[in-house]
Amino acid sequence: MTETATDPTGPVLAADGLPLKRSLRRALRAQKLRALMLIAPLLIFILVTFIAPIADMLFRSVENEIVADTLPRTARAIQDYDPDLGGMPSDKVLAAFTYDLVAADERKQHTRLGSRLNYEYSGISSLFRKTGRRVDDFGETYRDQFAAVDPAWEEPATWIALMADPDWVAEYRAWTAAGDAAKAARRDFAQAQPLFRLRDGVEDILPETASAYAEFARIVQVEDGDDPAAEGPWAPVYLALYRDLLHVGPGAIAQLGPEAEAMLDAAHDAVEDFAPVDLSGLYLKADKDWADPGVWGTIKAFSPAYTPGYFLNAVDLQLTPGGVAAQPEDRQIYIMLFERTLFMSLMIMGSCVLLGYPIAYLLSNLPLRTSNLLMILVLLPFWTSLLVRTSAWKVLLQQQGVINDVLVWLGIVSNSGRLILINNQTGTIIAMTHILLPFMILPLYSVMKTIPPTYVRAAKSLGATNWTAFWRVYFPQSVPGIGAGCILVFILAIGYYITPELVGGTNGTFISNRIAYHISSSLNWGLAAALGSILLAVVLILYWAYDKLVGIDNVSLG
Amino acid sequence: MSQMDLPPYATAGQRIWHYAFYVICGLIFFFLIAPILVIIPLSFNAENFFTFTPKMLALDPEGYSLKHYQEFFTSNSWQHALWNSVKIAPAATLLAVGLGTLAAVGLSQEHVPFRRAIMAILISPMIVPLIISAAGMYFFYSRIGLQGTYVGVVLAHAALGIPFVIITVTATLVGFDKSLTRASASLGANPVTTFFKVQMPLILPGVVSGGLFAFITSFDEVVVVLFVGSANQQTLPWQMFTGLREQISPTILAVATILVVISIGLLTAVEILRRRSEKMRGMSPG
Repeated sequence: MTETATDPTGPVLAADGLPLKRSLRRALRAQKLRALMLIAPLLIFILVTFIAPIADMLFRSVENEIVADTLPRTARAIQDYDPDLGGMPSDKVLAAFTYDLVAADERKQHTRLGSRLNYEYSGISSLFRKTGRRVDDFGETYRDQFAAVDPAWEEPATWIALMADPDWVAEYRAWTAAGDAAKAARRDFAQAQPLFRLRDGVEDILPETASAYAEFARIVQVEDGDDPAAEGPWAPVYLALYRDLLHVGPGAIAQLGPEAEAMLDAAHDAVEDFAPVDLSGLYLKADKDWADPGVWGTIKAFSPAYTPGYFLNAVDLQLTPGGVAAQPEDRQIYIMLFERTLFMSLMIMGSCVLLGYPIAYLLSNLPLRTSNLLMILVLLPFWTSLLVRTSAWKVLLQQQGVINDVLVWLGIVSNSGRLILINNQTGTIIAMTHILLPFMILPLYSVMKTIPPTYVRAAKSLGATNWTAFWRVYFPQSVPGIGAGCILVFILAIGYYITPELVGGTNGTFISNRIAYHISSSLNWGLAAALGSILLAVVLILYWAYDKLVGIDNVSLG
Repeated sequence: MSQMDLPPYATAGQRIWHYAFYVICGLIFFFLIAPILVIIPLSFNAENFFTFTPKMLALDPEGYSLKHYQEFFTSNSWQHALWNSVKIAPAATLLAVGLGTLAAVGLSQEHVPFRRAIMAILISPMIVPLIISAAGMYFFYSRIGLQGTYVGVVLAHAALGIPFVIITVTATLVGFDKSLTRASASLGANPVTTFFKVQMPLILPGVVSGGLFAFITSFDEVVVVLFVGSANQQTLPWQMFTGLREQISPTILAVATILVVISIGLLTAVEILRRRSEKMRGMSPG
């Protein structure tokens, strides 16, 4: 304290002797921290329950891991394939595809992948389904020829000795023994089984065989719950061995140890004389559509883990092997749907302005007591359940409904000429105008309430007619209210789902109905996510405009 | 003299326009309110029709009956749906109000870093179209095993209700006199006591009306529950939605009438709270 008094050039000190600046900064930081601590629980809650789902949807609109996950070897090998040249891909690609497909078939994933690729190229789904049933026989001739060289090739034990890591074999035996012991003692046994491991080096010398056999062993373990040491491998594993042995040198085989060397050497000498199998022939026999380069091109085009394909589909384009192209005429519906959504939202917005402006004007110019009473007529629909209002319109607009009955009774339409007001665009526009009208009236009212009546009186006293006073003086001041109301109604309208679904029929539906259809019926989630992302972008841009015009903090309720 | 009164010197044309304007406004009010009111008498229809039968128009008591209400109160599926709504909405409301009030108090402090960004995130569930929220939640909740569970629906509905709580409570806090908390602190109260004894009673009307908004959001919500829920979580609006889409039965009108009565109750409650809050903050004389 004394220091501050004696040294006027030094820093100003607080009561505890610290410089005031630092002391203040610390207090400020504590205050900020306290505010953040109060906000944090909710912020985390919203991030997990709401923002993460939205991020997940954005991610799904480009995510395409299913092809690379289900067909990993094919996805790598097919990069060299050029669909423009036509014809089937090389044997290397076909062999990789065989290993992948047989594994996918065993895991029951090939139909899922088939339906995924079917969104992009019709017919792939049935192609996968049909071929999946046959592919485990591909390579059968090689199995027979290997067995002819040495019958031991058909023994599961031979393969385990050749492929498996001896440590894994020991671990696996211990695990089975423990399981049996538990069973004998009637105890529960929940220990996880050790997953198959390849022995060192085999992957470098016999790459395709190692990869195909390891997958086989793991599927036997996990999917079937069996012992790989008791099962002979699938035929495609023999195909892999044949292909590996064609390329491998005797020196490399020696690295696998004397036992394996003896067997492999004999086989190695024999493969040169094996009768080769025409893989493309096998595929074409399974289904002649495999000759279509479009099928292979589609697999290639969708092999990366991320794809713009869904977004292209969402704007009526498609990703083809040759690049981006337009969808066939009969599948071009999304641009039309977006346009219809925009058009109908504009119509609804326009009707809301037309109907809302007079009401807001009336409410803001009547004495407070009367206007508060009339406000109830606006707020009651606002508070009434959306489903109630939609059911009301569904009941009123029917051909045998109240509106048509009244019109017939008044003689405006004949009994046979009852108007079709529902299950079309008219129905959607009428019902949604009614539902969204309070959202137009409330912001308009709050802006009109602030317009001083003296301006109009001044204009009139200066000789303006009623119309001029309104149009030149009053109306320009109410434009911000119109802007706010319009954006609000438009934002709400373009995302509407329930009302168009119930009263829109087939041609009065919005893009949101298509999104719902893709989620729950066609199961094309990627396309649903892409359509949703586009809609979200439009809404966010409009919302940004709303924020510029009105400010988020000025959103008022009721 | 009000703006809307005609001056004594108005011309005939002005008079005609003046009354025509009232007629137009009357018609628009009719458009706003008639659809809601018309379903009330229709719900007492003795026949399974959606229009007024000749007997009803003749005000014959035989044309009216309570059978659609009886159907609602005895049908298993409707009662199951009602019970689900009654279970889900209060849980979502409590969650939204608890977290929302806390955050609104935090947001109303003087120095909040990134206030605009935080506000934007907290308000976003109200901005994003429901179908997009529903799609995202369906994808994400099925990844983490919440799809088709009560917890999932309650969390989703709480998220949708939070913006309303934030908006109403921050609006109440705008007029809050900071010197009251300082006075309380200077008299030796700790922040928790100050919050519950001084701040809470004053912002209570805002909290309750935010809660009512959150409640009605959940009680009325159908898009998200359609996707996040499963048949076990079928709520009242969901049951109405499937009823309207598949076989439209007059029981829906009875349910709708009950819901209209509930909304009138809620509207009254919110209006009373709003006035009370304004009075407490001294913003309006009456």
